[in-house]
Amino acid sequence: MHITQEHYADALVLTLAGRIDNSTTEGLKAGLDAYVATCRAGGDRLVLDFSKVEYISSVGLRVLMLAAKQSREQGGTIVVAALQPVVREIFEISRFNLVFECFGTVREALAKVSPAGLAAYDAKRGT
Amino acid sequence: MAGLWVKFWGTRGSIPVALDSATIRGKLTRAIVAAAGKGLDTQEKARAWVENQLEFSVSHTFGGNSACVQLDAGDKEYVLCDLGSGVRVFGNHVVARDGASKPNVYHVFVSHLHWDHIMGFPFFAPAYVPGNTIRIYGCHKELESALRRQQDAPCFPVPFHRLGASIEFVTLEPGRSYDVAGWSVTAKLQAHSGDSYGYRFVRDGRVVVYTTDSEHRLDDPSAVEAAATFFADADLVIFDAMYSLAEAVSVKEDWGHSSNVVGVELCQLANAKHLVLFHHEPANDDERIAQIWQETLRYEEISRSGESLRISMAYDGLEIEL
Repeated sequence: MHITQEHYADALVLTLAGRIDNSTTEGLKAGLDAYVATCRAGGDRLVLDFSKVEYISSVGLRVLMLAAKQSREQGGTIVVAALQPVVREIFEISRFNLVFECFGTVREALAKVSPAGLAAYDAKRGT
Repeated sequence: MAGLWVKFWGTRGSIPVALDSATIRGKLTRAIVAAAGKGLDTQEKARAWVENQLEFSVSHTFGGNSACVQLDAGDKEYVLCDLGSGVRVFGNHVVARDGASKPNVYHVFVSHLHWDHIMGFPFFAPAYVPGNTIRIYGCHKELESALRRQQDAPCFPVPFHRLGASIEFVTLEPGRSYDVAGWSVTAKLQAHSGDSYGYRFVRDGRVVVYTTDSEHRLDDPSAVEAAATFFADADLVIFDAMYSLAEAVSVKEDWGHSSNVVGVELCQLANAKHLVLFHHEPANDDERIAQIWQETLRYEEISRSGESLRISMAYDGLEIEL
């Protein structure tokens, strides 16, 4: 599972890429663990950028559930952004759209969870 | 009825659910509005339109009785899974068809002893008729005591020992194959409070898997593989899809039930042909269950990598030919 990160003030955008299924879920979990551990009250807000994720199976969704649960227990914030249409359908069918606040774009997610992060994001893009 | 059939007499989970008057009025209202301008001026036209055109969740209900499923190969002896409240309807059907005095043999495979899976037995008319034989199979050592206890005073007026039929209990060993009434039957331990057991039935090269009240832990690859092996190449998998995936892995984790999404994935992994979603959540009305059905059909399309998987939503009265 390929995960890249970009920091914007007090927000961390993690961009996931590829197919999340039985063969890649361990990689997803390993990749997320360190970030989720620091997602706590006063820490970085996490935005999971799904724009490059083509598919996610039940086992991948379970990893996301664990991440959400841990973050909430720590007082942190974790949201999802830029779901592709098929992945958005999977979120709706599995009711994971009720577990995660889902935003159309990373920018919209930052606007909700981190004004400072949004300013840094816009500044980087010259907007 | 020739061939191999599976008939659903009870499909609801946890507790029977009755349609109330407000719900029936709502269905009638929607049907009347939908029928406007259709020229349905005879009983025949109206019936054909209801059966073929009217929205499924309006023309049907997904059922109120708790678990009872019949495997019907056209034999004289009856084969059932579970003794939920649906077995009352089944028993009445047999008595109406055969008459009360015709002796019959019933083979019943019990998944587990939670009340919704045994509550129909005190209302199973053939149990009161001398000459009938009822053989109850299961893997729980408390199988007989649980059936007896639910008829003890003050819970029920007729104690178990007063039942007229000959009632026998057979304890099965999981993983071992048994020949019963023309079927080869194998039980499998499932994750559920107090344990439950699924059954794999094989006959004439056809396979039916009855797997209710079973939670599938996605973080345990060996358990997933074992489930897929149990479902392997099944013609029909009757699957507990009580919760959404999000519920099953969060607030209702360890509650012992599964989801439509996991049902699809396991059947695809097992190369099963037909998935029947079963053990419906009592809180879900017909519209909600119909929505889950449509969503499951879509999820099957999205996740499909080989042959397509047929998907049905169980309802009381559903009959499927294998």
